[in-house]
Amino acid sequence: MLNYFQRLGVSSLAMLERLGRGSLFFFYILMSIPSVIIRPRLLVAQMYSVGVLSFSLIVVSGLFVGMVLALQGFYTLSDFGAEGALGVVVSASLIRELGPVVTALLFAGRAGSALTAEIGLMKATEQLSGMEMMAVDPMARIMAPRFLAGLLSMPILATLFSAIGVLGGYFIGVGLLGIDEGGFWSQMQAKIDFDQDIVNGLIKSVVFGWVVTWIAIFEGYDAIPTSEGVGRATTRTVVHSAFAILLLDFILTALMFGDV
Amino acid sequence: MHISRSIEILVGLFVAIGFVAMFFLSMEVSNLSSVSKEGGYDVTASFENIGSLKVRAPVSMAGVTIGRVKGVEFDPVTYEAVVTMSIESKYNQLPSDTSASILTAGLLGEQYIGLEPGGEEELLKNGSVLELTQSAVVLEQLIGQFLFNSDSE
Amino acid sequence: MGIDWGNKLSETNALIKLRDVHFSRGSKLIFDGVDMDIQRGKVTAIMGPSGTGKTTLLKLIGGQLKPSSGFIEMDGQNVHQLKHKQLYQLRKKMGMLFQSGALLTDISVFDNVAFPLREHTQLPESMIRYLVLMKLHAVGLRGARDLMPSELSGGMARRVALARAIALDPMMIMYDEPFTGQDPISMGVLVQLIRLLNDALGLSSIVVSHDVKETCAIADYIYLVSGGKVIEHGSPQQLADSESEWTQQFMQGMADGPVPFHYAAKEYAKDLLSARGVK
Repeated sequence: MLNYFQRLGVSSLAMLERLGRGSLFFFYILMSIPSVIIRPRLLVAQMYSVGVLSFSLIVVSGLFVGMVLALQGFYTLSDFGAEGALGVVVSASLIRELGPVVTALLFAGRAGSALTAEIGLMKATEQLSGMEMMAVDPMARIMAPRFLAGLLSMPILATLFSAIGVLGGYFIGVGLLGIDEGGFWSQMQAKIDFDQDIVNGLIKSVVFGWVVTWIAIFEGYDAIPTSEGVGRATTRTVVHSAFAILLLDFILTALMFGDV
Repeated sequence: MHISRSIEILVGLFVAIGFVAMFFLSMEVSNLSSVSKEGGYDVTASFENIGSLKVRAPVSMAGVTIGRVKGVEFDPVTYEAVVTMSIESKYNQLPSDTSASILTAGLLGEQYIGLEPGGEEELLKNGSVLELTQSAVVLEQLIGQFLFNSDSE
Repeated sequence: MGIDWGNKLSETNALIKLRDVHFSRGSKLIFDGVDMDIQRGKVTAIMGPSGTGKTTLLKLIGGQLKPSSGFIEMDGQNVHQLKHKQLYQLRKKMGMLFQSGALLTDISVFDNVAFPLREHTQLPESMIRYLVLMKLHAVGLRGARDLMPSELSGGMARRVALARAIALDPMMIMYDEPFTGQDPISMGVLVQLIRLLNDALGLSSIVVSHDVKETCAIADYIYLVSGGKVIEHGSPQQLADSESEWTQQFMQGMADGPVPFHYAAKEYAKDLLSARGVK
């Protein structure tokens, strides 16, 4: 029994220590961000591997999520004779929730794990150490551009996801199920508020972008420099990101929409 | 490290598509295009009962949305609800004796404020108060009234 | 990067001075009072058995690790009292050759060598090309400039890393186990390169190694490190003539001696007999 408590103590201390190191790491990244602003080319290269390479995944997923939402929404709404509200159902759930959350989860799997693996391997092959000895600060050269790229790409991808999803819902709702086109758009416009829905969704995606990229980069930087260690760090990135996204989504949703 | 031109172009396209998506969401999906944020004027009206009227509910006249409910407050002196409405500035030709009633869109729909124009020469301006109001119809009360009336007959 | 001539004449003329350096990792003591002088223009070798923290010593000199006590001075500057920026300035005067080469895997050989130049100078691309080809020519790999690091053999990767380490014309280069795992030919190439570059470019070199033969061939001065201390130091000849049994064992690679063949254990016979049924 005592043993159990001891283990609990040890693991929570270890967790706290990691959290501390992670925060310190984040602080160093923040300090290095000015150097990225001086050299935007580094950012462009990372925007490519973090953002552009996730593009097709996000577009395809967004389209299908939107289409499924329309099919399922129609099924429920037709019981109440409220098929006209399909546009509202699809767009509200996409913009408020699914856009930011699903994009962040996909992003963690696609870009986050790649970031962890890349940085972990750079550490394992002494590239980071080598850079330090060449008087090139890996924080400024490697970490900060990747962090910024993740932070900027996430909202773009989430917006894209929502927009494509709405179009997918439109194709199914209006094209396949024969809902009135005017009603689809006008009810949507009447109900979706720019400040309340779109801006809040955007805030969510920025927060998710921050937390996923931070976790991914830190896990890579903190990985045990062996191939096994990097592999485990990559898995941890996906798992921890998913937890963080869902937890933060709950908190943010409660804060943003809790009183409506 | 050298970045090829094509990567730069792709990243540029990526960001541009992001903006297009944002524009689409703001203009086509949300109410940003239909409600101008600034330039409206505020009028207030007191209601005995507002039912389930919410902030941001539409304010319409002749079925056209001309504004939004901006705030709902309770007046502790008169025990009435004071509703502030923001009317778009292009609809500035409303007579000052316009009346407001709280209506329901459909049987289960949300509640909104319907305005009926009066006949005064004077026009509504920022800070005007609508004197003639009609409260929300509360279904329970309506049923109660109906039963009471049919009993007495 | 002006050299402080006034300071240079103080005490000894050594480029790097280590004084009473202690370092421990966790509870394990790695260095227990190390003193060393790395002379300018010479090839200094640090030798010792595996696991004595020779690589750690290089990281201490490079400022990547901090000693728990004692100090390390390079060119008159205490490495561990420098601010972040000053330390990075100092590192431009150091080159380090990692065991794995530590080449950036996503860019070509050419870009790897150009990397420090592009990071630290504002030179035009034509100038960078000229410099990179010159450095690559010095290590004999001018023809391999378009290869990716994954296409290089281990020895070639180290030579590219060497070209990269000299790209900024440093004052000294630290070699971490340059000979490990090399075939005889690339070993010979590296031995020759280290000596040649040291003399031709007026560098100071630190070679960390446990390959006695190759190291003795190029080193001007050797420090033998074991158990966290400097056991002996001197020129290769002095060490070869040393009276210390330990030194003799290490230099000649004998299986048994002061460093016993057997890891500390109970007496053999007793151990065998007690193996069963004691508990």
